[in-house]
Amino acid sequence: MNRIENAFKNKPIFMPYFPLGYPDLETSIDVIEALAKNGADLIEVGLSFSDPLADGPVIQKATQVALEQGVTVKKVIAAIAELRKRGVTIPLVLMGYMNPMLAYGLEKFVRDAKDAGADGFIIPDLPIEESDEFESVTNDLPLIRMLAPTSSSNRMEKIARNAKGFIYLVSVTGITGERKSLAEGLGDLIASVREHTSARVCVGFGIGTPEQAKEVGQMADGVIVGTACVRTIGTSQTPVETAKQFAAEFRSALR
Amino acid sequence: MTTLLPAKFGPYGGQFVPETLMPALIELEQAFVDAQKDTTFRNEFEGLLASFVGRPTPLTYAKRLSEQLGGAQIYLKREDLAHTGAHKINNALGQALLVKRMGKKRIVAETGAGQHGVASATVAALLGLECVVYMGVVDIARQEPNVFRMKLLGAKVVPVTSGTQTLKDAINEAIRDWVTNVRDTHYLLGSALGPHPYPTIVREFQSVIGIEAREQMMRDVGRLPDTVIACVGGGSNAIGIFSGFVDDEQVELIGVEAGGSGIASGKHAARFGDAAKARVGVIHGTRTYVLQDEDGQIAETHSVSAGLDYAAVGPEHAMLRDKERAFYTSATDTEALDAFQTLCHTEGIIPALESSHAVAEVIKRAPTMKKDQVILVNLSGRGDKDLNTVIKELGTL
Repeated sequence: MNRIENAFKNKPIFMPYFPLGYPDLETSIDVIEALAKNGADLIEVGLSFSDPLADGPVIQKATQVALEQGVTVKKVIAAIAELRKRGVTIPLVLMGYMNPMLAYGLEKFVRDAKDAGADGFIIPDLPIEESDEFESVTNDLPLIRMLAPTSSSNRMEKIARNAKGFIYLVSVTGITGERKSLAEGLGDLIASVREHTSARVCVGFGIGTPEQAKEVGQMADGVIVGTACVRTIGTSQTPVETAKQFAAEFRSALR
Repeated sequence: MTTLLPAKFGPYGGQFVPETLMPALIELEQAFVDAQKDTTFRNEFEGLLASFVGRPTPLTYAKRLSEQLGGAQIYLKREDLAHTGAHKINNALGQALLVKRMGKKRIVAETGAGQHGVASATVAALLGLECVVYMGVVDIARQEPNVFRMKLLGAKVVPVTSGTQTLKDAINEAIRDWVTNVRDTHYLLGSALGPHPYPTIVREFQSVIGIEAREQMMRDVGRLPDTVIACVGGGSNAIGIFSGFVDDEQVELIGVEAGGSGIASGKHAARFGDAAKARVGVIHGTRTYVLQDEDGQIAETHSVSAGLDYAAVGPEHAMLRDKERAFYTSATDTEALDAFQTLCHTEGIIPALESSHAVAEVIKRAPTMKKDQVILVNLSGRGDKDLNTVIKELGTL
């Protein structure tokens, strides 16, 4: 059984996002290890890009810092291998924009990521219209498909068909970032996605508190927390300790 | 999923955007295709191009410049005389009419030099739309008069402090706003860039430049030009004038990028001129030549002209270059500033610094050509907005 399948044995799962290289490479590896060993079921490992157009200010700033710290695609892939060496067994899904992957070479990127121990890819600027090229080189590692509140029923069906791993449902019409309350009509949105697919539906964007996570977890198979994770850990004097608490807190809210 | 119109120009173009925006792109493409077939829409657009924009813009024979250079005869397509002072209004008007058609009430736009921001604010006022313009703080400082103009026209100008604080970051912010408000907001993209259908829509709305210029050449000069020259930032004025001549294979098409402090300095925006830094990549929804580092991070660019200071070039230009239908070169800041002054002195026309790059190429090329040859240059905008920059660069006038 592959790692993603395995992660969904107990649902709903907790999926934090954290960019490698923030606040520096070494700390970020420690943080991801701490998240992994203290309650995260799957981690979205962020690959930084200079122009992250789907991200709000917190993730923009964190990924900018990561780039200033000299993080590269090569270092991110090496860090994945390092995390595996440290005994991280949960799925690690690389999340990043298209251009750095293209610059590295798509085939080589996918191969090296897989060899290092990555389990899949999330690429916010790669809609289904453009995904053939990537999917033709991914082989057995899934490109996680995304759905949004604006997706028509027709698109939902096409995108959900043959979805691998899970579906990443963007809960809000907007960019990443915490919101005071959950998106209105989120329950209906999840229900309409489920009408089109039996694939697992994980919800991200706009979920920032354990309470919100719990509520979403009652409807979805997984809850993705990005900005709150980056902000809370990034502003802590003891990021690794904070990561442990953060993961434990969200995990216990969910299960 | 297939598109109504081709989404790619050879290997370039496409739709590299978040899923949230895909339905809006599909809606826009449908609205554009329907509008093109609708004579009411075309009549309204063409009517406003005449009565509001002041088209057709003139074709001016640059007699003294031609004499001074001693070679080819030089003609200027006077987009600087269009309402708001640049070609940007053609596309802004066309898209704003599409916005009305789609029933949206709000537009967001990015701007570098401020010309597209002013054009967007203008058409928003004309058609009663809410308008928000994103502009990098570096550009706000160097194009202050245009900031005042946008505000006077009722637009909200949002300073962008992220990244390099120029056009690239203004586009990021405009897209972020659009993603958030996509249900009632249209992104009025100002250049032949971005995800499909923008490069095609912008070319079609700017093709009026090429259509008019070709007719004017035939009528006033009695022949086609040998060479057509235009500056290329994203490339909307160039694609607009090129489109009138692209089927005339004997007409040479030349695009001029921003050479900044020189290619060797690394401080420039010459996407086709720097083989070490420019590779095919994806930025702002499109695949094209992009200035970037080895790791795929978008490079900082430099140009004295804000409108050319951008890391990527429109995807159709990338295809025209591959096919060797158009050729691309660059002019440095210094060459552009010299050309700026030359045109002021010889023709009594103050060109935009962007357009001055095209004039710089004319100055290099015309003397090598025969007196019975003809160059047509797209004078894409007027230079009033650049006076602060020019005074700063030249020290004194």
